Amino acid sequence: MSHVAEDTLPERPAVLAKVKPLTTLPRRPLVLHNRDFHWITNKICGIVEDPAPTWWWVCFVVSLGIASFLGVGLLWLVSTGVGVWGLRTPEFWGWDIVNFVWWIGIGHAGTLISAVLCLLRQKWRTAINRASEAMTIFAVMCAGVFPLFHVGRVWFAWWLFPIPNSQSTWPNFRSPLEWDVFAVSTYFTVSVLFWYMGMVPDLGTLRDRAVKTWRKYFYGVLAMGWRGSTRHWRNYEMAYLILAGLSTPLVLSVHTIVSFDFAASLLPGWHTTIFPPYFVAGAIFSGFGMVLTLVLPLRAMYKLHDLITQYHIDCMCKIILATGSMVGYAYAMEFFIAWYSGNIYEGFTFINRAFGQYAWAYWIMISCNVISPQFFWFRKVRENTALVFIIVLFVNVGMWFERFVIIVTSLANDFLPSSWGYFSPSIVDIFTFFGTMGFFSTLFLLFIRFLPMLPIGEIKHVTPPADPHYHPEAQTGGHS
Amino acid sequence: MSDIFGIMAEYKTPHDIYEACGEFRDAGYSCSSKWDTYTPFPVHGLDKQMGIGRSHVPWIVLAGGITGFTTGALLTWYMNGFDYPLVVGGKPYWSMIYPFPVMYELTILFSAFGAFFGQFLTNFLPQHYHSAFNNEGFKRHSDDAYFILIEATHPLYDEAKTRALLEKTGAYNITLVNK
Repeated sequence: MSHVAEDTLPERPAVLAKVKPLTTLPRRPLVLHNRDFHWITNKICGIVEDPAPTWWWVCFVVSLGIASFLGVGLLWLVSTGVGVWGLRTPEFWGWDIVNFVWWIGIGHAGTLISAVLCLLRQKWRTAINRASEAMTIFAVMCAGVFPLFHVGRVWFAWWLFPIPNSQSTWPNFRSPLEWDVFAVSTYFTVSVLFWYMGMVPDLGTLRDRAVKTWRKYFYGVLAMGWRGSTRHWRNYEMAYLILAGLSTPLVLSVHTIVSFDFAASLLPGWHTTIFPPYFVAGAIFSGFGMVLTLVLPLRAMYKLHDLITQYHIDCMCKIILATGSMVGYAYAMEFFIAWYSGNIYEGFTFINRAFGQYAWAYWIMISCNVISPQFFWFRKVRENTALVFIIVLFVNVGMWFERFVIIVTSLANDFLPSSWGYFSPSIVDIFTFFGTMGFFSTLFLLFIRFLPMLPIGEIKHVTPPADPHYHPEAQTGGHS
Repeated sequence: MSDIFGIMAEYKTPHDIYEACGEFRDAGYSCSSKWDTYTPFPVHGLDKQMGIGRSHVPWIVLAGGITGFTTGALLTWYMNGFDYPLVVGGKPYWSMIYPFPVMYELTILFSAFGAFFGQFLTNFLPQHYHSAFNNEGFKRHSDDAYFILIEATHPLYDEAKTRALLEKTGAYNITLVNK
């Protein structure tokens, strides 16, 4: 181009006037096919109002069946003792803590989508934020089961809270486990408030469309008499923004504090400063994996392709790629520091992780978490829904193994070789973990059946006609 | 006359109601809060166009945050430093450092309560009866319709004049709403 003759240059403006290049690049639309507001209302409310499809009943019954394993597992545990979990010297944190961290990490994507992306004005969050927030709440409920029952005498679990008891003692606030009590319970409460407040206008929509009496009462009570007043929207939007602003430091603190459970101990492999950011990145990584695992089938079953578009999937895949790479970097950095610190125990732990008795778990973790998301560099992969679904399943598995590797390898081969052991889960461990998946699915299926799965008002709000300065005739179009 | 709550009308697009609110504001209607608009989603700038001020929710959040932080500090001090002091590694019974996560989380928790309950409080919700719903067509406010309502108690309310202004701004389905 630098060799273009001088005399050809003056012609360029004329060419530009002819081809009319866009001054701003068009953004990818968030709702395809220029769907109008009424279509959006009908589509989303239809999911709740139409009779439950057969697949829903099949999934619901299967989920309930799986959830019953949780009941059996917990009943077995409570009636016998914590010993029925595969916990024995030197492993006193096993699958229960692995599952706790895994579930709570999954929850983080919901808050990230609803809060952090709200502050960053990422409009694509609107189509998926409601379902992700629901996922957060149910995942935290599943997570809560494990530490609650790990305390052994679950009927004394209330001692964790600062409530006066007959021994006149109080919780020790120096313990990261006590911080966890506050972090997780705050996280759960704030997530529920945020989720519910976001849903109030949409519950109003369902109330206004309700025909059956029970629906009028059910949605009427939940909608709190919402009437879409501008005077209300003003306070509502302010409160929503503030809740997003509060949830952002909250979500970062929750997994940071979860990582303190490990980092504040003295065990090689746990006692590291990299844990807080590493755990938060991993949590977002696994959470987005779970969001896609849930959203892709729902999109296909309810034909939501105009609302949850390829653009949304692209964005989520890119976040998985970014956080997956961060996690990969953290794995590498842990190894480097183990060598660079010159601490022989630290060095042994990491060599042992990769090549010791749990090498199989370590390499599952590396393949699922570091290698599998790298496929998302390619547009062809991101646009192949089946492939995306398979990769995110790997992400879910990989992140479970990450927690397994961290917890089990460090404990199994600690400072005292005479107490080394090999951890194997018991049938009760497996039942309980399997059961939480059913519990989660049951709650999620009930959610999509009775509550608006996508935010109706927010999706309308991000379409171009919602802008008071929008002129249909001035619309340049360019995208179908 | 006493049965009439106000006069209600519909606009076709967010643009129309936005422009109309400007006209009502210029006609002096923003002197009272006895008029309102109802939209399926927040129309940006409509509150300013109506001459409504800033929300008071942030003050409630601030109060919640201060309460939360103080609660966290007092709670940990009372329990670990005063009522049942524990010597751990010869360190002070209580400091601002070790229980900070507790104070941090309680600050967020109480601020979130402030935002959540503050929103319902400032909006006077829940309110399950409102005269606007006496207009059967009003149900579409949560779908794709944009309503304006001028209450009969508004100082500038005059059935004929208000109706004329509504017509001038392009409103349709102008109806009187019963209490």
